Parts: sequence; C-alpha cells; structure tokens
Amino acid sequence: MSIFVSLAMKVAGVLTAGLLSTAVQAHEFSRGDIRIDHPWSRITPSVAPVAGAYLTVINSGTEADRLTGGSTPIAERIEIHRMTMENGIARMRPLPDGVEIAPGASVELAPGGIHLMLIKPSRQLVEGDRFKARLDFAKGGAVDVEFVVQKNASAETGSGAEHGGHAP
Amino acid sequence: MSGLRTFRLVVWAAIAVLGGFLIISTQLSSSPTSEIATGTAKVGGPFSLVSHTGERIDNRSLAGRPYLVFFGFTYCPEICPTTLFELTDLMSELGTEADAFEVMFITVDPERDTQEALAGYMTSFDSRITALRGTAEETQAALNAFSAYAKKVSLEGKEYTMDHTAGVFLIRADGGFGGMMDMHEPRETRLEKLRRLAKGQISTDS
Repeated sequence: MSIFVSLAMKVAGVLTAGLLSTAVQAHEFSRGDIRIDHPWSRITPSVAPVAGAYLTVINSGTEADRLTGGSTPIAERIEIHRMTMENGIARMRPLPDGVEIAPGASVELAPGGIHLMLIKPSRQLVEGDRFKARLDFAKGGAVDVEFVVQKNASAETGSGAEHGGHAP
Repeated sequence: MSGLRTFRLVVWAAIAVLGGFLIISTQLSSSPTSEIATGTAKVGGPFSLVSHTGERIDNRSLAGRPYLVFFGFTYCPEICPTTLFELTDLMSELGTEADAFEVMFITVDPERDTQEALAGYMTSFDSRITALRGTAEETQAALNAFSAYAKKVSLEGKEYTMDHTAGVFLIRADGGFGGMMDMHEPRETRLEKLRRLAKGQISTDS
C-alpha cells in the first residue's frame, strides 16, 4: 500500500516537474523520528556575505528534539536566527540554543521568522541551484539534506499570487 | 453640613483636575505646531551620501524627481536582498515608466558595506538602483532626514547586526513624503504606487 502510494507520489512529482519546469518540486529528508521538509534557500546577490535558508522540521518521535545548527561545504558556517518586525523596524537575533521541536509537532523556518543563516557563502546562489548541508539535532544526530535555491517562497506564499498581474 | 462640605471639596478637586488636563492638553497640542513652525519636515530632510559608483548624491541633486529610499545592509540575509530583488522585478515590469523615478538603497552599515562591496552587490539588481553610503555622521543625518531608525547591536565575539527601519519611503518630485511601500502588499498595489509616483499623482502627505 505505502509502496504504491510513494510510487504514485513519485510519478506525480515527475509529471508535475515536467509540466511546470520552473516550479520547485517538494523534497524531503529524514533520519529516525526527524523529517526535514523542503529545505530551500533564496537566491542571493553576487558577493553577498550571507544567505537565508528555510525548511520545515517534523518530529514524529515521543521526545522533544532540538535543531542546534548545521554545516555546508558552500559556507563558512550555519547559524540559526530569528527575524522580527515591530513598528516597521527589522531586528535579527541569533538563537544560540537552536529551535525545539516538540514530540509530534513541526516547526517551520520561513521568511519573516526563524531561519538558517549561511555565513560567507563561497558562491552566489542562483535559481535552481542545489547544495548539500548537514543539520545537527541534539537527540536525532546529523541529518543530511539538499537545499534547492528558489527566487520566492514556495507556491502558496510566492509566485502564484504574485504573478496575478500577468493575466490578460 | 458635612455632606455639603464634601460636595464642595469634590467640586474643587474636579475643577483642579480638569484645569490640569486643560493645561497639559494645550501644551501637548502646541508642540507639533512649533515643529511645523521651525520648518523641519519629518521626511525628506537634508542628506548627502556617496553612491556605489562614487558619485555624491544629496537631497538637492534629487530635487525635481520622485524617488524611493530604503535602508538596509548587505549582511542582512532576508529583507534587504528580497526588497532589492522585488524592486528589480517591479521595475522590469514597469519598463521605461520606471525611468521617471530614482531608487536609493542607503546602507546603515558603512563599516562593512564599503563602496567596493556595494558595487559588487548592486550588479545583481536593476542598474537603475543606486546604493548609497556615508560616514557614520552622514548615515545618521540620512536616517534623521527620513525619521528612520538604525542601531548597531553587538553579538557574540566581534560580530554585530543592525536593527533598521525596513519599509520603502516614497518621495515626491517636490520633496514631500508620498507614503510607504510595504513589500508584503499585493504586487498590483505596489506597481500602482510606483506608477502614481512616476506620474506625480501621489499627493497624500500621510
């Protein structure tokens, strides 16, 4: 049953990717009770000293876990930050203790909130680019993932609504 | 008798409180008037900075043309590059209509954002967008000119980040404030604001 479903999902995924060549296919990675859904990073300007990266962490275990940081061959290091916006003022603070994911819960790292910050990326991130990274969890250990570089956040918050203006 | 006395006391106390309110409220309402009397506009005051191509640009050289201003820094992973990419996108959609206004990205971090760093950074965006930087004093003057805010915040080690006003200021050709543009507004709203700014149709001083 589940094999059939996952096969169907794969077929659907390939078909979707074929139909919408610029659309980004959802992808996920897991290890033990930790699943990482759609790790993505935003395109960067050339010589940008930092890059923001996002993902959703799902903890299907019975104990809380904590995303504490990570590493990638394409940047000096990865930090976890939180962005807040209050009275028109943007503030960004590191979260040195990382992010806790309660048992059975998921945490979304998304624009305008908690995000991963790649410090000193060694190259400019362009649309469609992919890069590997390792995410560190206090209990779950290291989870290897691959980030995909997108111009906007995924379809629900991005291009769909933004390109409404092109309609005849 | 004591009832009447209490009543009188209460009345006098009420008068005293009301009088106090009157004095305070007249003082409060008179202060904005005195600000206007000095001629200090809240947005669009004097500033002078140097562009990423080395050109000195100030409020006088911009006079007569509408322009957009926003504050940021290159060590900002999210809101600053996103705003620049989105402005690039809006300007490409507007095409030559966007030639009618200037777009200024003022760094609040001149320490790390050297002219060279900005020149490299700006190659990724619409070539009509100008990055501006100044000395600490010039940067503060520019912030004051737009009633904007920026503050250096020390982090662990020698690292630091900048808190800063994130919205885009719209300035009319006459130097008056034409409102803000929020990058979370619908794309159509943002395009419309830019079209109206370009055509000189923004009159609100809000």
